[in-house]
Amino acid sequence: MEWETVIGLEIHAQLNTVSKIFSGAPTAYGAEPNRQACPVDLGMPGVLPVLNQGAVERAVMLGLAINAEITPRSVFARKNYFYPDLPKGYQISQFELPIVGLGHLDIELEDGTTKRIGVTRAHLEEDAGKSLHEGFEAMTGIDLNRAGTPLIEIVSEPELRSAKEAVAYMKKLHSLVRYLDICDGNMQEGSFRCDANVSIRPKGQTEFGTRAELKNLNSFRFVERAINFEVERQIDVIEGGGTVVQETRLYDPDRDETRSMRSKEEANDYRYFPDPDLLPLVVDSAFIETVREKLPELPDAKRARFVEQYGLSDYDAGVLTATREMGDFYEAVAAGCDAPKLAANWVMGEFSAALNRSEVELGEAPVNAEGLAGLLARIQDETISGKIAKEVFEAMWNGEGDADAVIEAKGLKQITDTGAIDAIIDEVMASNPKQLEQYRGGKDKLFGFFVGQVMKATQGKANPAQVNERLKAKLDG
Amino acid sequence: MAQETLSGWVRKLQAREISSRELTQLYLDRIERLDPQLNSFITVTAEQALAQADAADARLAQGEQTPLLGVPIAQKDIFCTEGVRTSCGSRMLDPFVSPYNATVVERMNAAGAVMLGKTNMDEFAMGSSNETSFYGPVRNPWDTERVPGGSSGGSAAAVGARLVPGATGTDTGGSIRQPAAFCGITGLKPTYGRVSRYGMIAFASSLDQGGPMAATAEDCGRMLNAMAGFDERDSTSVERPAEDFTAGLNQDLKGLRIGLPTEFFGEAGLDERVRGVIDAAIEVLKGRGAEVREVGLPNSHLSVPAYYVVAPAECSSNLARFDGVRYGYRCENPEDLMDLYTRSRGEGFGDEVKRRIMVGTYVLSAGYYDAYYLKAQKVRRIIADDFRRAFADVDVLLAPTTPELPFALGAKADPVSMYLSDIYTIAANLAGLPAMSLPAGEIDGLPVGLQLIGNYFDEARLLGVAHQYQQETDWHTRVPAAFA
Repeated sequence: MEWETVIGLEIHAQLNTVSKIFSGAPTAYGAEPNRQACPVDLGMPGVLPVLNQGAVERAVMLGLAINAEITPRSVFARKNYFYPDLPKGYQISQFELPIVGLGHLDIELEDGTTKRIGVTRAHLEEDAGKSLHEGFEAMTGIDLNRAGTPLIEIVSEPELRSAKEAVAYMKKLHSLVRYLDICDGNMQEGSFRCDANVSIRPKGQTEFGTRAELKNLNSFRFVERAINFEVERQIDVIEGGGTVVQETRLYDPDRDETRSMRSKEEANDYRYFPDPDLLPLVVDSAFIETVREKLPELPDAKRARFVEQYGLSDYDAGVLTATREMGDFYEAVAAGCDAPKLAANWVMGEFSAALNRSEVELGEAPVNAEGLAGLLARIQDETISGKIAKEVFEAMWNGEGDADAVIEAKGLKQITDTGAIDAIIDEVMASNPKQLEQYRGGKDKLFGFFVGQVMKATQGKANPAQVNERLKAKLDG
Repeated sequence: MAQETLSGWVRKLQAREISSRELTQLYLDRIERLDPQLNSFITVTAEQALAQADAADARLAQGEQTPLLGVPIAQKDIFCTEGVRTSCGSRMLDPFVSPYNATVVERMNAAGAVMLGKTNMDEFAMGSSNETSFYGPVRNPWDTERVPGGSSGGSAAAVGARLVPGATGTDTGGSIRQPAAFCGITGLKPTYGRVSRYGMIAFASSLDQGGPMAATAEDCGRMLNAMAGFDERDSTSVERPAEDFTAGLNQDLKGLRIGLPTEFFGEAGLDERVRGVIDAAIEVLKGRGAEVREVGLPNSHLSVPAYYVVAPAECSSNLARFDGVRYGYRCENPEDLMDLYTRSRGEGFGDEVKRRIMVGTYVLSAGYYDAYYLKAQKVRRIIADDFRRAFADVDVLLAPTTPELPFALGAKADPVSMYLSDIYTIAANLAGLPAMSLPAGEIDGLPVGLQLIGNYFDEARLLGVAHQYQQETDWHTRVPAAFA
C-alpha cells in the first residue's frame, strides 16, 4: 500500500524581550541557577503577573509577517498541572482565544515549486524552569531562571507531507523570527524548539490517521530523522496488523528512534480556565499599525528585490536572503565592489565555504563585508585575476591583512603591461621550438600549452585576456 | 483608654498628647493580657512594632502628618510581610517567612502605621467561623464560646476587644463583613480592584478584595485612604485618581434613596430578632432624611451556588503552588515526587481547604467546565445585571449582613450550613461591588450587623451613610464587658 504522511508542527520560539513575560526579572541565558528568578517567577504566595508589552509587540509582528488575523481581544488562560519546575502549578498560556489567528507561510519544495502552509494560530505563554537530574545524588535540582521567559507557540495546520517539507517549514519560520528580530533562533539553548504531530494514511484517504506527538526535536536534522523514523514505525505497525495509538513520543538522537513517553489515557487534564489575574489582552488597530511600521523587509520581499535590483537568479536570491544577516552582508559587499553578480558568487561560494570550514558564524568571520568588497574590487579593476583572488582571500581569512596588503606583500599584482607580457611570450616561444613548430603546423590544441607556460612563468599573475590576445598574435604572426 | 477609636488616636498623636511608643505599648500589653482568651493573633511583632513606633515618633516630631502615622494596626495573616511569618492560617505556610511585602503592607507602612502583628484567620481564608485555622479557633469577645465569624475572624475579634484600633481583612464571599457583624465592628469590602491584591495570598482571585476593619466608618475611611490605590503590580487593580474616602462623612442623608432587596428579607433562615434590629436601623436612617423603598434582586438565590463553583475553581489552581518543592511545609522523607506532592499537600492542608480544592478540580475538569464554571460565570453577569438595575433607582442597598447571630463553636459541622452563613454577603463579591457591615444592635448581648451595598467606586458614600448612622447610635462604641 502507498502511504501518505501527515505532519503538523508546534514550534516554540523564545521571544527576545529583556525581561520576562509576567515579571521584571531578566531573561538572559546562562546565569547561576535561580539567580534570575524574582518572587513572581518563583511562584511565591501572593504574587501576580503583569504582562510585558514587548512580548505582545513581538507576537503581533509575527502575526503580521504571516498574514494572520490579530485577535482584538485575546485571553490568557491557566494550564494546570503539577511539575517541580512549574512553580505555580499552572502555566499561563492562551487557549481558546490566542493573540494570532489563522495565517500562512510559503515554503519552497525541492522541485522548485512553492507550497502554502496554513498556520492555525500562535499564542503567547510563559516557559517553565528546568529540572536538572545530574549531580544531585538521586535528587533533582530545579533551576527557575527560565521560568517566565516569553514564548510564542506557533501551530501549523496538518499540511506538511514529508519530513523534508517539515524541515523546510521550520527553516522558513526560523529565518522569519530572526528577520523580525523577535527570537535569537538559538536551537542549542532551546530558543527555538519543535514538536511534531505525525500520522500516516493510505494515499487518497481524506480522514487523518491516529497521530503521535514527537518531542525533543531541537535541530533541523533531528526533526527530519525523527519524522522519518516515526513514519516507518507507523507503517510497520499498521502493515503488521496493529494500530497506531495516540501518544507522546520522545526522540532519542543517540539511538535515532522515538520512544513512548505517555499515552492519551495518561495525558493530563489541564483544566484550562481564563486567568483571573490578567485582563483580556486588547490589541487595537492603532497598536497594530505602529507595529506594522516597525516590520523589517521580510525574506520573500527581499528575495524578489534581489532578483530585480541585482539581476540575480531566483535561486541565488533565495540563498542570499536565507537569513537577515546574510542578506545584509551580501548587500554590503555588492555595494562596496559595485559588482552584484560577482559579489553573489563570492558570498555563496568562497566565503560560505570558508564559514563552513572554520565553523564560525557570519558575524564572527575574519573577513567582513568591507574586506570582501575590497577584494572583489581588485578583481573588477583587473589588479588580480579571479584565481589569484582565491589565494588572496585565503590569506585574508588567515588574518594577513586586507586585499591590497596581501597583494602587495605577496607580489600578486596582475601583469597588465603588454611589453612585459610580450617579453615573457617571446621567452616561452624561444624555449619551446618543437611545440611552436607543431602549432604552426596546424596543431591548434597546443595554444593552451602556451597559455599555461606563460601563466606558469608569471606565477599566474599575467592578465589572462591579455595573454590570450598577445599569444594569438605572436603565434599566428 | 482602649475605648478610643483609630481616628481619635490619630488626632491625639498629631496633637502630641500621646507618643506612638506609649500607644503601641498600651496595645501590646492588652494583647499579652487579653488575647489568650481570644487567640486572635498568630504572630505578635512587639519588637518590630516598637521600632516602627519610635520611627513614627521621630516623624511626628518633625511635624509629619501622614494618615496613619504612629497608629497601631494589625495585618490579617494573608498579607505577605517581609521577614515575618505569613502563614495564611495554614500548616502549609507555618514555616513561611515572606521575602517581600504586600502592596497593602507597603502602603500602610508608608502611611506610618505601626504593625502589632498578624491576625488569625480561617485557613487560606476558607471558612466563616475561624475554626479552620491551623492555629486553632478564634473566640468571639462578646461570648468566648461563640465564633467570631470568618475568615477575617482574628482581625474582627482583635478590634472588637480593642486589642488593636484597626486591622486589615480580606473579603472573598463575606470574610470582612460577616466577622465584623459577629464582633460588633465596622468593616468595608471595597470595589473589586480598589485595593491591590499583590502580596495578598490568593484564595479566589476574581473575588478577593482587601479592606479595613475598625470601630467606626470614619476609621475605615482613614484606613482605606492608606490601603487603596492603583498598583502596577496588580493587573486587576483599577487606575483612578486618588480619593479621600472620608470626604463624604458629613454628607447628610436628605433625599438618599435606600433600596431594600426583597430577597434579603423574605428568605427563610433570617432570624426574626435580626430582622427587628435592621428595621430599627432603617427608621434611624429615615429619621435623617433617607427615602426607603423595596427593590428586587431576583437572581440572588443563585449567588451561593455560583460562588461555590467559581471560588473553589480558582482556589484549586491558586493553591497548586503549595507543593512542598520551594517553600512552606514539606513532608518528611518523601519516597518520590508523587509521594512528596501527595503527603506534603495531604498533611499541609486542612479538611475545608482540601474539600474546596477537590470541588474546584472537579468543576474545571474536561467535560464539566461548561456545565459548571462557564455557567457560574454567566450567573455572575446576571447577578451583576440585577444590581445594575437596582442602582438605577436607588443610591445604596441595605440588608442584614448575616441571617443569624454568632453561633457556638462547633455548631456548624455540616459545610453547607456553614456556607449559608454568607448568603447575604456573597452577591456583592460576585458583582465586584463595595459593601460594608456596621454594628446596628444587640440581641442577648451579641452584636448584629447591618449591611450596606454601594454602586461601583461608591465607598465614600457608603462610609458617609454609615457615619451618619453612627452619629445617632452608639452600637459602634460598645465593647464587650470583659475587654472594656
